[in-house]
Amino acid sequence: MERLKLVLQYFQSNSESISNVICVILALVSVKLYTSFDFNCPCLPQYNKLYSLGVMIVPPIILFFLGVLVNRHTGIMMDEWMRPVGHRTKNPAAVKYLFSAMLQRALLAPMVWILVTLLDGKIFICAFSLTVDPTLFSGLPNNTGLDVIKIMAKVPCKEDVIFRNSSFPKAVSRYVRCYSQAIGWSTLLFLIVLGAVGRLVKPCIDDHGTFLQTRYWSNYLDVEQKLFDETCVLHARDFARKCVVQFFEDMREDAVIRLPYPALITNTKDEWEDEEEERLHGISKQEQMDRLLNKWYYSKPELDVTRIAHRPRTCVTWEDRDGKPLFSDV
Amino acid sequence: MDKFRMMFQFLQSNQESFMNGICGIMALASAQMYTSFEFNCPCMPEYNYTYGIGLLTIPPIWFFMLGFVMNNNVSVLAEEWKRPTGKRKKDPTILRYMFCSITQRSLIAPAVWVSVTLMDGKSFLCAFSINLDLEKITGNYSLFRGMSEAERVRLLARIPCKDLFDQQEIRVAASRYIKCFSQACGWMFLLMMTLTAFLIRAIRPCFTQAAFLKTKYWSHYIDIERKMFDDTCKEHAKSFAKVCIQQYFEGISGEIRSFHGHRSSKYDSDDEDEDKRKSDEEKLLGIRAQDDMNKVLWNWHTCKPALALRKDEIDGENNGQLNGVANGAANGFVKGHTPEVEKREWAVYYSKV
Repeated sequence: MERLKLVLQYFQSNSESISNVICVILALVSVKLYTSFDFNCPCLPQYNKLYSLGVMIVPPIILFFLGVLVNRHTGIMMDEWMRPVGHRTKNPAAVKYLFSAMLQRALLAPMVWILVTLLDGKIFICAFSLTVDPTLFSGLPNNTGLDVIKIMAKVPCKEDVIFRNSSFPKAVSRYVRCYSQAIGWSTLLFLIVLGAVGRLVKPCIDDHGTFLQTRYWSNYLDVEQKLFDETCVLHARDFARKCVVQFFEDMREDAVIRLPYPALITNTKDEWEDEEEERLHGISKQEQMDRLLNKWYYSKPELDVTRIAHRPRTCVTWEDRDGKPLFSDV
Repeated sequence: MDKFRMMFQFLQSNQESFMNGICGIMALASAQMYTSFEFNCPCMPEYNYTYGIGLLTIPPIWFFMLGFVMNNNVSVLAEEWKRPTGKRKKDPTILRYMFCSITQRSLIAPAVWVSVTLMDGKSFLCAFSINLDLEKITGNYSLFRGMSEAERVRLLARIPCKDLFDQQEIRVAASRYIKCFSQACGWMFLLMMTLTAFLIRAIRPCFTQAAFLKTKYWSHYIDIERKMFDDTCKEHAKSFAKVCIQQYFEGISGEIRSFHGHRSSKYDSDDEDEDKRKSDEEKLLGIRAQDDMNKVLWNWHTCKPALALRKDEIDGENNGQLNGVANGAANGFVKGHTPEVEKREWAVYYSKV
C-alpha cells in the first residue's frame, strides 16, 4: 500500500509522466478498438473503397481529438495563449512548447490505429481488390454470369458462394496483404527514423539553454494551475465550515461568553464537557433547532464570514511593578 | 479491507474523480448489457422497424435518466434552484454550470450504447431490411418474379432471421450491405460527439475563462457547504443526545452528578485506581439502585424528556467561579459576564502591549 501511494504521488507530481501514461493507454484503447471492431466489407464495387478508407481515416481523427481532450496541457496552453497580459508578460515560447508536446502525444493513438490496419491488411484488401489484375492468378470463376469487376469486388468476402472450392480469393488476398504490410512497415520505419533524426538534430538547431527555460516555465504553469485549484478547494471547505458555524451561533438565544481562563484558576471542567459545549454552538432546544433548519432553507446566510474569522480573542498581559509588559497570553 | 478503505477515501476526497468513476462504470455496464442482451428481431413487416429503432433509442433514454438519478449533484442543483432568495443572491450561471456538468456525465453511457448498437448493425438490419432493393444489391433480378407486393415485403422482412430465410447468399449479401451502412452511421455519430466535446472543452477557454473560474468555485462551494452543514448537524445531534440523556438520568435519580470528580477521596491510592474508580462512578450517572434503573427504563418509553437542555447546570458553576477568581487575580483585565445578559453581546478584550 505504501509503495502504491509512493508511485501515485510520483506520478501526480510529475504531470508529464501522467500525460505519457494517458497517451499510452489511449494507444492501447485504439488497438483494442480495432480488434473488437467487426470489419464488414460490403463487397460491392461502388462501396468497397469508400468503406475501407472511411474505416482507415475516421477513427484516427476521433482518436486525435480524444487525445487532445484528455491532455491537461491543452487547457494550460489555451489559458496562457488567451489570457490578458495583466502584470505578467506572456510567454509564447512556452505556448509553442506545450502545443508541440500536446500534438506529439495526441498523434500517437491515430498512428497506432493506421499502423495496425496496415499490418493487418483487411482494409487494404477491401479497398484495393478491385484494382488487382485477375490474370495474374488462376481459378477466376467464369461461370457466374457476373462481370470481372463484381467478382473482384467480392474477393474480400471469401465465404461467398461463387468462390466455393476455389483458392482464387485467398491468393488475391495474400497478394494485396503483402503490399499492405510492406507499406505498414515502411511507415513505421519512416516514423522511427524521423523521430531519431529529430532528436539528434534538435540540439544543433535549438539553443539548449532556451529550451531548458521553456521547459521549466511550461512545467511551472502546470504546477501553478494545480496548486491554485487545490487552494480553492481547501478554501471553499474552510469557508463553508465557518459559514455554517457562524449560522449556528447566530441562532443562539443567550450570550454566554466562554473564556479560556489562565492557569491561575484550576481547570475544574472535564475535557469532554468542553467539547460537547462547543459542538452544541448554543442550540439546546427543539424549537431552536427546528427554526434553524427552517431558516437554512428559507433564508440561507450571506457569504460573509468576516465576523467569525476575525473574532476578537482574549489576551491577558502580565506587567511588572513599573508597568512594563512582561508576558502576553492569548 | 484496509486497501479498499484507502481507495474509497481517495475517490471520495475528490468528488469529481468519484463521479468520473461512476460514469465509467455505467459506460461499461451499458456495453456489457448490450452484449448479453439477446437480440430477437420479430421478422414481421409491421413490427420490424419499431423493434429495431426502439432498441436503438429507448435504452439510451433509460441510461440517461439513470445517470441523473445516480448523480448526487442533482439534488444540490434542485435545492439551489428552488430555495427562496433570502440573504443570499442566486446566480443563474452556477445553476447552468451544474446542469451542464451533470448532463455531460449522464450522456456518456447512452452514447456508448448507441455506438455499440450501430457498430453491431443488428438493429439497423432489423429496421431497414424491408426497404432494401435486393435486386440491385445481389444483381439477381429474378428474385421476386411472380410475387405480390405483400409477399415481397414479407420476404424482405424475414431477412434478419437466419432460420426463416432459406437463400443464405442473398441474406448474407443484404446483411453485409446494411451493416456497412450502420457502421458508417456509428462512426459518424462518434465523430460528431467527439467534435462537439472538443469544441466545448478546448474552445471554451477562449471566451469565458474568468467567469468560468468563478462559477466553478461557487458551485463546488455549494456542494461542500451542504456536506459541512450535514456534518455539523450530525455532531450537534450527537452532543444534544448525550447531554439530554445525561440530564434525564440525573433527573430520575435526583442526584446531581459531580462534574469534577471526587478530589476529596478517603483512599490515598495511586492515580490510576482513582481514575478508574472515578470513571466507573461517573458512568453510573447517579443510578445505583434497582428501582431507580427500572424507573429510568420505564420512563424512557412512557415519558421521554423534553428536547430542551438545562443550561444553568452546565454553565452556572463555572461562571461563578470565573467571576470570583478572575476578577481578583488578573487585575481586573478580564471582564466577566453573567448568563442573564441580553443576546448577541460581544465582549472585546484587549491587552496592554
